[in-house]
Amino acid sequence: MGAGVIELDNISYTYGGGELLSDVSLQLQPGSFHFLTGPSGAGKTTLLKLCYGALLPTSGKLMAFGEDIASMDRDQMALLRRRIGVVHQDCRFLDHMTLAENVALPLMVSGRSENGQQDDLTELLSWVGLGSRLEAHPPELSGGERQRAALARAVILSPDVVLADEPTGNVDWEMSQRLLRLLIELNRMGKTVLIATHDLSLIRAAKSQVQARVLRIAQRRVQLAGADL
Amino acid sequence: MSKGMIRNLLRRDTRADRVVPPTGFTAQLTLFVSGAMAFLAVFALALSLASGRVADRWASELAGAATLRINAPADQRAAQTEAALNVLQQTPGVASARALTSEEQATLLSPWFGPDLPLDTLPIPQLIEIIEGEPGLDAAGLRLRLGAEVPGAVLDDHTRWREPLVDAANSLRRLGWISILLIGGATAAMITLAANASLAANAQIIEVLRQVGARDRFIARAFVRRFTFRALFGAAVGTLLGMSGVLLLPEASDTGGFLTGLGFQGIGWLLPVLIPVLGAAVAFLATWSAAQRKLKELS
Repeated sequence: MGAGVIELDNISYTYGGGELLSDVSLQLQPGSFHFLTGPSGAGKTTLLKLCYGALLPTSGKLMAFGEDIASMDRDQMALLRRRIGVVHQDCRFLDHMTLAENVALPLMVSGRSENGQQDDLTELLSWVGLGSRLEAHPPELSGGERQRAALARAVILSPDVVLADEPTGNVDWEMSQRLLRLLIELNRMGKTVLIATHDLSLIRAAKSQVQARVLRIAQRRVQLAGADL
Repeated sequence: MSKGMIRNLLRRDTRADRVVPPTGFTAQLTLFVSGAMAFLAVFALALSLASGRVADRWASELAGAATLRINAPADQRAAQTEAALNVLQQTPGVASARALTSEEQATLLSPWFGPDLPLDTLPIPQLIEIIEGEPGLDAAGLRLRLGAEVPGAVLDDHTRWREPLVDAANSLRRLGWISILLIGGATAAMITLAANASLAANAQIIEVLRQVGARDRFIARAFVRRFTFRALFGAAVGTLLGMSGVLLLPEASDTGGFLTGLGFQGIGWLLPVLIPVLGAAVAFLATWSAAQRKLKELS
């Protein structure tokens, strides 16, 4: 163990008496690009949640940036989440706030002034193609816009790691390619990226653009996927 | 909880306020409860302070004095009165002693028998008023001496009158303070319920905030500050109304007895000012502890 930004060592996770993940070992190196694939219900979301401390393993050791997640208190966990940007499958926003405010939420909660970073915020929203939707409220956004807004929110604090759970689940092919390009661009900026997806076409499309490691969850274990992908 | 933490939780943070939208139901409940409880607390405080004053007055008025009653046949009454006065003059702890005149005794009896009572024709005992001095009256020793020298003398040091009255007044004072504590407890319970309802209603917002790296103190601040200031405002209004009610009560008078003395006097008028501050402190602690519990539960 060592050198990985997130390291899972023989992790098992049990819920409701059933083991969802068994003896999973995984190391995310800085600047690496990973896909995590597998059928629905295989445990992709669970593994992602373990990576950012939303769930704690039943056994095994889970390290993030050299720190054991199990020994972190709630304050340390909050600080950890500022270093790991997460794009959730069901992108949740605060409906009473505008898109710009929602994307700036990580700045607000970390005590950084949004005023001084207004230009950066506008630039970030333009980068994800939402430059003209700053004042829109989340219920007014389409599925693709929500996914892109979630990506912008996940990266606004310039985290070291970006985890995306089915980021293209609710969008058409064109939009999924656009999101993929954004994630690849982030990786080129040095961010570690892990995308959980069951969409194999997305993985095939990415392979021509980035050197990605493809992991597959099968029978509660994580394996390196074969050349068939 | 450190001073810095309290300041931090109460500091105005427009960001925290903006992130958690206020919920109408809990805001109204907190305002109403703190206002109503402060109103009641003013009256409980007034009752407690008035009872205290009554207890002190009764204790001081009846203490420091005693009455000697000479129950003797008419032909021996003057001699025994004289003998009793002699004994009293030689007794340590008696500052002064004097026999009441017939007119004074008639005045004392007039509420029951009318002003035209023919005292000379009735076997009325002679009363001697004793004023205690230093080092205090030894009632038991005086009784023994009077028993030997003035057989018709009965010493009444007012204890049997004073103690039940003072006890009653002290019980009322205690009841007043217990009421204030119960009011504080009920306020804390209601505000805890309101805070819990508000936290539960905002569970999704809390989840989102946690996902983007919000610390518990950021989330708690939005709730604690809001509930504390609502309670402060509600209690201030309730206290003002309560004090206005107390002001409208009739002023203390001898004819009105205890009920007309229900109110504040002198520096006592400043005490109700503490009620909103204490209400806010209760709300602060109740919301802070509810937020800690709920955030732990939601993590």
